Amino acid sequence: MVQIQNTTEPALQGLAGGPRRESRLALLWKDIKKSKHYYIMMSPYMIIFFLFTVIPVVISFGLSFFYFNMLETPRFVGWENYSRLLLGDDVFMIALKNTFLFAVITGPLSYIACFLFAWLINELSPFVRALMTLVFYAPSISGNVFFIWLIVFSGDSYGYLNGFLMKIGVLLEPIIWLQNEKYILAIIIIVQLWLSLGTSFLAFIAGLQTVDQSLFEAAAMDGIKNRWQELWFVTLPSMRPQLMFGAVMQITASFAVAEVSIALAGFPSVNYAGHTVVTHLMDYGTLRFEMGYASAIATILFGIMLGTNMMTQKLLRKVGE
Amino acid sequence: MTLYTRVIGALRPPKRLNRSFAVSFMLFALLLAFGSFMILPLVYAVNNAFKPLDELFIFPPRFFVRNPTLENFTDLAVIMGNSWVPFTRYVANTLLITLVGTAGHILLASAAAYPLAKFRFPGSGMLFKIVVLSLMFSPHVTAIPNYLVMSQLGWINTQAAIIVPSLAFSLGLFLMKQFMEQIPDALIEAAKIDGANEYRVFWQIVMPNVKPAWLTLMILQFPALWGTDGGNFIYSENLKTLHYALSQIIQGGIARAGVGAAVALLLMTVPILLFIISQSSVIQTMATSGMKE
Repeated sequence: MVQIQNTTEPALQGLAGGPRRESRLALLWKDIKKSKHYYIMMSPYMIIFFLFTVIPVVISFGLSFFYFNMLETPRFVGWENYSRLLLGDDVFMIALKNTFLFAVITGPLSYIACFLFAWLINELSPFVRALMTLVFYAPSISGNVFFIWLIVFSGDSYGYLNGFLMKIGVLLEPIIWLQNEKYILAIIIIVQLWLSLGTSFLAFIAGLQTVDQSLFEAAAMDGIKNRWQELWFVTLPSMRPQLMFGAVMQITASFAVAEVSIALAGFPSVNYAGHTVVTHLMDYGTLRFEMGYASAIATILFGIMLGTNMMTQKLLRKVGE
Repeated sequence: MTLYTRVIGALRPPKRLNRSFAVSFMLFALLLAFGSFMILPLVYAVNNAFKPLDELFIFPPRFFVRNPTLENFTDLAVIMGNSWVPFTRYVANTLLITLVGTAGHILLASAAAYPLAKFRFPGSGMLFKIVVLSLMFSPHVTAIPNYLVMSQLGWINTQAAIIVPSLAFSLGLFLMKQFMEQIPDALIEAAKIDGANEYRVFWQIVMPNVKPAWLTLMILQFPALWGTDGGNFIYSENLKTLHYALSQIIQGGIARAGVGAAVALLLMTVPILLFIISQSSVIQTMATSGMKE
């Protein structure tokens, strides 16, 4: 509502016969002066944010046009990094394909799972709700516990999965799951899904608790019949800010798969079967020390995430209509 | 209330309309099934910490402990007692980083989020876009530029190198802004008409209303800082963190496997305790503080 004040006041002044031909710059300056408290409130955060996030990002974006091995001074190469990446790097194409596969499968699935579980948990009584939230958040909170999956998918007959499948007679010989190109991708997807109830899940849980409860009573009066209608017409629209947050987080996470792949399939994985854009980036950034090339990879990844996010946000605007 | 009545109470739909018991029960069963699958790592970690050495190395590995022992923890205590830097030092370093980092982040991020969520002013849309965009940039490539910035500031080998950047992660501002958008404008205006200035509105109206948001942020930020080992910035032994000290212990190899399991459990426990405490304080106190329009 205050934003209306900001725009109407100069107009009112004009009517009152004040200085009519105020330049746009002067108006802007007035706006800025009026909002000075907002700038003061934001300044501590913004100064630190620019210093330690924006500037490094800009530097690394700039580096993507250089050859830089961290010892010699950077040498300008123009678009060479990009053309090499997109035209001459077969491994990058594998990484790109894998990353898209991950994102297409884990992205939407984990997003829906995050919301669905948060929504179901929210219906429970407070004590059980807290307990269940902990249970579902456990994989994210317990750090590197995904090493347990190494035991499950262990390649000999002692691995849990092999042992189980042999016992019920599906397999005669153990499968070396994590060395087999056919299975690596699927396994990483499963583990990634299991890990994915993280940030967005918590945000949804908290978001559901801030939804105004009287809306539900009003909706029931207006003829909402069951919980599914309630979900679509009341809960989802009033959680739009959190849904947006969750979408960005989930998309970013599903395109940035690397840790799980490295822990399970090794680095590099057999025939690059578990290679992703981020592992490719780590390869060049931390092993080969080609920072310019790594920065170009990061920039392309950034572009992909950005495009996906814009598409998703368009979709999300339709929720509850 | 006893545990039993609490659990039964959970199955009964709360004072909500349009609920059928049958569907509630089915959904609850579904939750339980998935939940037991999700909880496996915690159970495994707890079991591991109490396994005697021979059980840790048994093949095929056993999920549950047979003869629980406290040996791993007593061994850990002995190792800690022998360390060169007093163990309390590591604890103090970690506490400093996590407490200042978490509290400061919540405060700065919310203060910056409030104007962005509720007002339009020159640059507001732009600033928020930059914050969201920065979420999508891979941190692996900014590590080196970041180091350059730190060394220019002369912050290498100080706690500030860890604490200060953590005050302004983009995640926090984005989360807080999304929550603050839900607060009705009328509430803020009413407070202003009553004579409150911006700072007071922020502190007394907005912050209490987004309690679930900052508790969530706390749950996200705390473990991230708790798990830091000083990264590329801290080299002096007496500035290192608990996580670093404990990871050194784990790296002791096979002989330390039992101690390692105990360490893993200890490191996990603190974030989980924090999680439980904060969860119980969110419970149902919400939406009662003037949220209704």
